[in-house]
Amino acid sequence: MEVLLGITGKDFTIIAASKGAMRGVTILKATDDKTRELNKRTLMAYSGEAGDTVQFAEYIQANIQLYSMRNGMHLSPAATAEFVRGELARALRSRHPYTVNLLLGGYDDISDRPTLYWCDYLASLAPLPYAAHGYAQYYCLSILDKHHHPDIDFAKGMQILRMCTDELKRRMPIDFKGMTVKVIAKDGIREEEYVDDKPVPCA
Amino acid sequence: MDTLVAQYSRPAFENEGYAQDDDQQLITQITPPLSLKFALPPVAQSSSWLRAMTDDYSNPNCPIKIAHGTTTLAFRFQGGIIVATDSRATAGNWIASQTVKKVIEINSCLLGTMAGGAADCQYWLAYLGMQCRLHELRHKRRISVAAASKILANLVYSYKGMGLSMGTMCAGVTPQEGPALYYIDSDGTRLSGNLFCVGSGQTFAYGVLDAEYKYDLTEEEALELGRRSILAATHRDAFSGGFINLYHVKEDGWVKHGFNDTNPIFWKTKLEKGEFSNVTSKLV
Repeated sequence: MEVLLGITGKDFTIIAASKGAMRGVTILKATDDKTRELNKRTLMAYSGEAGDTVQFAEYIQANIQLYSMRNGMHLSPAATAEFVRGELARALRSRHPYTVNLLLGGYDDISDRPTLYWCDYLASLAPLPYAAHGYAQYYCLSILDKHHHPDIDFAKGMQILRMCTDELKRRMPIDFKGMTVKVIAKDGIREEEYVDDKPVPCA
Repeated sequence: MDTLVAQYSRPAFENEGYAQDDDQQLITQITPPLSLKFALPPVAQSSSWLRAMTDDYSNPNCPIKIAHGTTTLAFRFQGGIIVATDSRATAGNWIASQTVKKVIEINSCLLGTMAGGAADCQYWLAYLGMQCRLHELRHKRRISVAAASKILANLVYSYKGMGLSMGTMCAGVTPQEGPALYYIDSDGTRLSGNLFCVGSGQTFAYGVLDAEYKYDLTEEEALELGRRSILAATHRDAFSGGFINLYHVKEDGWVKHGFNDTNPIFWKTKLEKGEFSNVTSKLV
């Protein structure tokens, strides 16, 4: 029951990931960060099989950083997404596939547009204006379908994110321990404080 | 092009701290003295084969019974890290031992705990101890807890799906990190944190520990809380019991606080503090 959400707006991409790390019936950690910075303007959020997730994310992170060092330039978000998909697809046909679902948020400084890629463990890749993984899809995509527009500003983006997380808190049977929220914009990646202290009553 | 890149793309830090090529030979040519290539059973899916051979639940006559069931805990507090475990090893419904050492002393500043398959934990924590010592000799300083835990996490991850079973914690104090605590399991999960309980009795230990845990605990309070949490688990979990093994990791290494029988501790707690009131002390 891990939650991954991504929302793009006119000049930003918001990536939100749940903070709970669960094993069996126990929450092992309530401040887990399920994201990795690939380069200055690309962030990857991951969920899925324990162990595979961090292992895959750090492998990708290292290779993207190696590319930057060797070539003295950053890989664009689109190229990064294709590389990630390729690696996932290659592993899928091996004896040890990575069971990992991903959201890739980026900001393309050539076209000056925010980007968001959705990728599942079967290595399907799709560029989307907003995206979710896991059970969050069932609850949040309808909200996003209704309220999202491509040219929303940051405040509106956060407002929609709040609607999504409130709905998840209201209807999901398991507490996912709140969200880490990160924003990718022209000037890089920053963590956004996301206060999560109000109870959400069930109507 | 690739061959050209390969020629110049040795990691820049490789030469750090070494005189010249002679020492270089040492690290690049050393093969692990302990071979990591095990002979595997000649079956297509080693994990499902192992499961069929060891699943006591679905087949009580299974040929291999693995020692399982444990309560271990570790938490960080103002005065360092407390590590506590029970000492029971069970194989199916059989209590195989009541005097297992589930805290593994990796070196004078690093402790590991053991839950899951006893053999897996013992073997791989011993291997980790060896790697830590080699790191110490190569780099002339003690390994960080983060690095040590990652050696173990990467190692078990490489065996993922092959039936390893271990849930361990690495606790230690280093000058760079201060007190550090990591949880590593055979799924390949590696988490840093303030407080972890692992094993079949984890829920019972969490219950007691979470209720009274705070970072500002004094040393006596912390030791007592660790002891009481294990006691709670040994009382309610059939697969935990025996002795309470208590350690305190401080800046200048760990200190052992005994390996004490749970039975007298239980009766002392009950009779002096009035806890465990569901257990009668009178013969009816």
